[in-house]
Amino acid sequence: MQEAMINRAKQLLADGTVDRVIGWKRGEFAYDITPAVFRSAEELDADFVFDDFTSANVSKYLVKESKKEGKILAFLKPCDTYSFNQLTKEHRVVRENVYIIGIPGGPKLDAEKIKAKGITGILGVKNENYTLKIETVYGEETMPYYEAVLDKCASCKSKKHVVFDELIGDDGEVLESNRFEMVEKLENMTAQERFDFWRDQLSKCIRCNACRNVCPACTCEKCVFDNPNSGVENKAPADSFEENMFHIIRAFHVAGRCTDCGECSRVCPQNIPLHLLNRKFIKDINSLYGEYQAGEDTTSRAPLNDYKQDDCEASIVHERGVE
Amino acid sequence: MLKISIDKLDALFEAISASQTLYIPADREDGSAEYKKYESGMKLSNALNTVRSAKDFFFPQTENLVDFKMEGKNIEVIDIREESEDFVIFGVRACDARSFTILDKVFLSEPVDSFYKNRRDHGTVVTMACTRPAETCFCGTFGIDAAAPEGDAACYSDGESIFFEAHNDKGQKFIDSISSLLEEGDTAKLDAVRDKTREILKKLPLAGISTESFGGDKLMEHFNSEKWAELSESCLGCGTCTFVCPTCQCYDIKDFNTGHGIKRFRCWDSCMYSDFTKMAHGNPRLTQLERFRQRFMHKLVYFPSNNNGEFGCVGCGRCLSKCPISMNIVKVMKALEVK
Repeated sequence: MQEAMINRAKQLLADGTVDRVIGWKRGEFAYDITPAVFRSAEELDADFVFDDFTSANVSKYLVKESKKEGKILAFLKPCDTYSFNQLTKEHRVVRENVYIIGIPGGPKLDAEKIKAKGITGILGVKNENYTLKIETVYGEETMPYYEAVLDKCASCKSKKHVVFDELIGDDGEVLESNRFEMVEKLENMTAQERFDFWRDQLSKCIRCNACRNVCPACTCEKCVFDNPNSGVENKAPADSFEENMFHIIRAFHVAGRCTDCGECSRVCPQNIPLHLLNRKFIKDINSLYGEYQAGEDTTSRAPLNDYKQDDCEASIVHERGVE
Repeated sequence: MLKISIDKLDALFEAISASQTLYIPADREDGSAEYKKYESGMKLSNALNTVRSAKDFFFPQTENLVDFKMEGKNIEVIDIREESEDFVIFGVRACDARSFTILDKVFLSEPVDSFYKNRRDHGTVVTMACTRPAETCFCGTFGIDAAAPEGDAACYSDGESIFFEAHNDKGQKFIDSISSLLEEGDTAKLDAVRDKTREILKKLPLAGISTESFGGDKLMEHFNSEKWAELSESCLGCGTCTFVCPTCQCYDIKDFNTGHGIKRFRCWDSCMYSDFTKMAHGNPRLTQLERFRQRFMHKLVYFPSNNNGEFGCVGCGRCLSKCPISMNIVKVMKALEVK
C-alpha cells in the first residue's frame, strides 16, 4: 500500500496536478510518526510512511494548507474523510485546492498499549497475521494485534470514504459499531457514580490543550480560552472544578459537528476518555432529532443549526430526569 | 550496603509515612504511573517513569503567591506563604533527579524563589536506579548515569532487595530514620545488575545522540537555521511537551479579582502557547515556528549559555512518548546537528 501511495503521489507531482503531498513521516522508532508535507519525489522516497501506526488525522492541517497557493494531495482514511467533509461544510477548507486520495483505514496501533503490557525498549514492530512480533532491547515479545489497537479504531464507525477524488484500495461500508456501549454504561450509573467517574478522569487533565488543538472541529481563529480579553482565558485551572468545565464547554461547542474521529482521546497524555463526552452528544442528537452523522455530507443542515416544529423542547431535560 | 528485602517494602513505606508525607510512583488502571501520596496497601509501580515528572513537588502547576485586600485607598498585602511540611519522594529516576539541579539554578539563584526553596528544603529526594531503560531514554547524552542516580539518597534494586546509599546529610538522616528495618547486605548481585544496566544503556537506539553541536556559543547558526520551518510545520501548539517535561520552568503570573480581594496566581506557562510572554506591546513570537524554536533554543543554547554549559534537558524521553505528533528534542537535535 505504501509503495502504491508513493508512486501515485510522484505521478501527481510530476504531471502538475498537485505541488505538495500531506501524509506521514517516519520517525526514530517504529511508532513515532509525524504528519508531514512532502514537496518532491526524493522527500517521498526518503521518509513517507503508511503503516499500522499512521493513525494521525491530517484533515485539520488542510485548513491552513488549502489556503496556500497551489493544490495539495491528501491521503485520507475513511474517518479522516468525515472530518474533511465537515470542514468543507463549515467553509474552513478550500475543497478545490485539495486532491483527495481515499486510502484504507485501520485498525491502527497504539504504542502506549504495547508499552502498558510491560513491553519496553521497543526496536521494531512487525505484524504477522495479526500477531505482533516486537523486537526489543530485552528480546522478542509477541502480543495479539487486537490488544494493541487504538480505542478510536476498536469502535470504528465506518470504512466508507465520504469524499475522495480517487481511491487506492477498496471503499468500505458504514459499520454497526459498538461505540455507544460505554456511553450507555455511564447513562445507567447513578448521578453520583457518573459525577465521580468524570471527576476522577478529568482531574488528571494537565490542560495541555492537545485535545483541543488536534480536534478538527476546533478551528476557531482564537479560542476563547486563549483570549486574554475573554475573561475566561487561563493556562491552568485556578480551582479543581475548572478543568471539568473546560472539557464540558468544549464538548458543547463541538456538539453536532464532532464526527467522532477520536483524535482527542488518542492524543491525551493522561488517557482521559474525552471522546465519551462527544459520543454522549452524538447519541442524544440521534435519539432527539433523528440519526445524524456529522461529516457524512456537505449540504444537509445540522440538527442543532436547524429548526423543525417537532424539535424537542428544553423541557426534555426534566422529562428524562436526572436520576 | 544497607538493604531491605523487596517483600518488606510495605513495612518500609508504613514507617516512612508514619513520620512524614510519602509520595511513590503508583500504577494507574491504564498501565501508566503517577506519583501518589502513599496510603496503606499502595504498591510501588514497576513503570520506568511517571507521566508527569517529579518537578511538580517543588514547582507545582498552580499556586497562589500573595493576596491583596483593598479598603478605600489602602491596599493590604497579605503574605500567604506557609512553611511546608517535611515530605519524602521515593523512587525518583536519575533523569528527574538531575532536573532538580537544573530547576535549582533557576529558582535558587538570586532573587531566590522562596516558594520553591521552601518545598526544596522540606523535601527529601530518594532516587531509584533504573534497571530497564526504554528506547526513548537518552539521559546518557547529558552525562547522567541511570544506574547511579543523584538525589539525597539513592536506592538500587537487585531484584530481591533494595539497597540504600546516602549522598548528603538529608539522605543520611532519611536512612537513619528507617535503619531499624535495614540490614547489611552483600552487593555482589547488585553490582552485576548495575553492570548489565550500563550495558543496556550503551545499546539503546538513542545512545549516540550528542550535544557536541549545541551550547551557548552556537546561537546564531541554530537560531537562523532554515530547518525550523519543516521541524515546526506539524506542531499543534499544544503544551504537552512542556507540561510533562521535568525541566521546563516557565510560568505566568496573573492577578485575579475574586470580588473580595485580589489573588496573585502563578501557573506553568508553555512557550508553545500563542499568548506566551505576551506583554503590553504584544507578543514577541507571533508564529508557531518562533515559539517552537524558543523551546529547543532554550534547552540547547540559551540555558547552557547562562549556566556554564549545562543543558536544559535530562533525556527522560517523556516528550518522545507523549507528543501528539511525535516531534521532539531528539528529532530537532538530529536535524540541527553539524556533521
